[in-house]
Amino acid sequence: MVSWFNIFREYLPSFLQGAAVTLELTAVGLLIGFVLGLGLAVARTYGPKWLRVIAIGYLELFRGTPLLVQLFLIYYGLPSLGLTLSQTLSAYLALGLNSAAYQAEYFRGAIQSIGESQMTAGRAIGLSRWKTIWYVILPQALRLVIPAWSNEPISLLKTTAVVFLIAVQDLMAKAKRAATDTYDPISSYLAVAVVYLVMVFILNEVLKYLERKSRIPGFEMESKKT
Amino acid sequence: MSKPILTIKNLTKKYGENVVFHDINLSVNEGDTIVIIGPSGTGKSTLLRCINLLTRSDAGEIWLDDKEITCKECDEDKVRQHIGMVFQNFLLFNHLTALENVRLGLTRVKHMNPADAQLKAMQELERVGLLDRAGHYPGQLSGGQQQRVAIARALAMDPRVMLFDEPTSALDPELIGEVLEVMRKLALEGMTMLVVTHEMGFAREVADRIVFLEKGSVVEEGSPNDLFYHPKNERTREFLWKITELYGKKDTEQGNG
Repeated sequence: MVSWFNIFREYLPSFLQGAAVTLELTAVGLLIGFVLGLGLAVARTYGPKWLRVIAIGYLELFRGTPLLVQLFLIYYGLPSLGLTLSQTLSAYLALGLNSAAYQAEYFRGAIQSIGESQMTAGRAIGLSRWKTIWYVILPQALRLVIPAWSNEPISLLKTTAVVFLIAVQDLMAKAKRAATDTYDPISSYLAVAVVYLVMVFILNEVLKYLERKSRIPGFEMESKKT
Repeated sequence: MSKPILTIKNLTKKYGENVVFHDINLSVNEGDTIVIIGPSGTGKSTLLRCINLLTRSDAGEIWLDDKEITCKECDEDKVRQHIGMVFQNFLLFNHLTALENVRLGLTRVKHMNPADAQLKAMQELERVGLLDRAGHYPGQLSGGQQQRVAIARALAMDPRVMLFDEPTSALDPELIGEVLEVMRKLALEGMTMLVVTHEMGFAREVADRIVFLEKGSVVEEGSPNDLFYHPKNERTREFLWKITELYGKKDTEQGNG
């Protein structure tokens, strides 16, 4: 127990550096995944047939293969096709492309739950199809999606740990370093687990706040608690 | 002298083998209120949806203000700006307040500047008597209030014709009156209206003409007086008798008393 705390204290600056990198990876991956995922969901729901086929193909590909394989393909594989990306850039790309596939499915579920009638209402006042999607469907879908979508930032934050395998200096890499230096893997990884836990806790609070803020009066999905 | 504002010529709609309606002819003069009645499943709602192009008809033509709107190259978004539609289930935008519901079309379709749009939206809410509910979300309004906001939203686009698809069918009985009152006022102001409804009191009192639709074709049309008291067709007589039994008791009693 003493060694655990000593390692935690001694390596805290290093862990915090790693945690910052982990947060960065999560944020960038989440953002790429959000934009691309929303595009994929809209394409799959409202797009012409060929676009739907592309979107479905993308989802199958990225959800059907391990993230680690995707990461290695991007970092080690792309150079042979003449495209060399830095470690960090490879990590961003792999996390973003992978997350997009999962986020797309959350968004699609929310869009479908809005139903065809809101589209009819938008078209009836003269809004075009795309304007209705933008001004009517998506604002509602993005609110509805929050509870389910909240899994993604938390899951992604922990998933980023795989990038230490291409030597990105994230929290996991720092943990491995501490373990090698001190010959005390149990204490090192436990210390880092605590840091992950704290980050997830804070992230969860932020997401809950977001959900409360975006609530539409009179449109609550859950029944009022008594 | 009023001229036809909306003309429907030989309109036909079918889903596969199933003919919803066929060879419908209808001419609506400016300022007229036409009430369409008939048993359910006779294509009344589909007819309205075809008129503002939410559903494509299979044959025939629709003309609005001497322009065909059913042509291949017609811009349906443009056409719909001139035809207001009110739905049975209100279909307000749930994430927007009453005012924002009315304003959306003004800013995003008509591209009005925000200040003008705001003013116009408030005027339209006042027209349906809901200015004091401007900041409420649909979920905070009663069904009757929601439907009145939906009417204001359609009116804000300054449509040439208003279509009402059973606007009171989803409402509790005590909320029907306020919606009919707004529609009655609109009719008096000279709005051209096409109304599908089972409210026979409203039909008798407000309609200039009643069209009885059954099994996809017009069985009979005429003034409320002709249809209610001197129906030529046996089916019209039967239907009106049945529907008055169901819905119109109160009106009949009032009429007698």
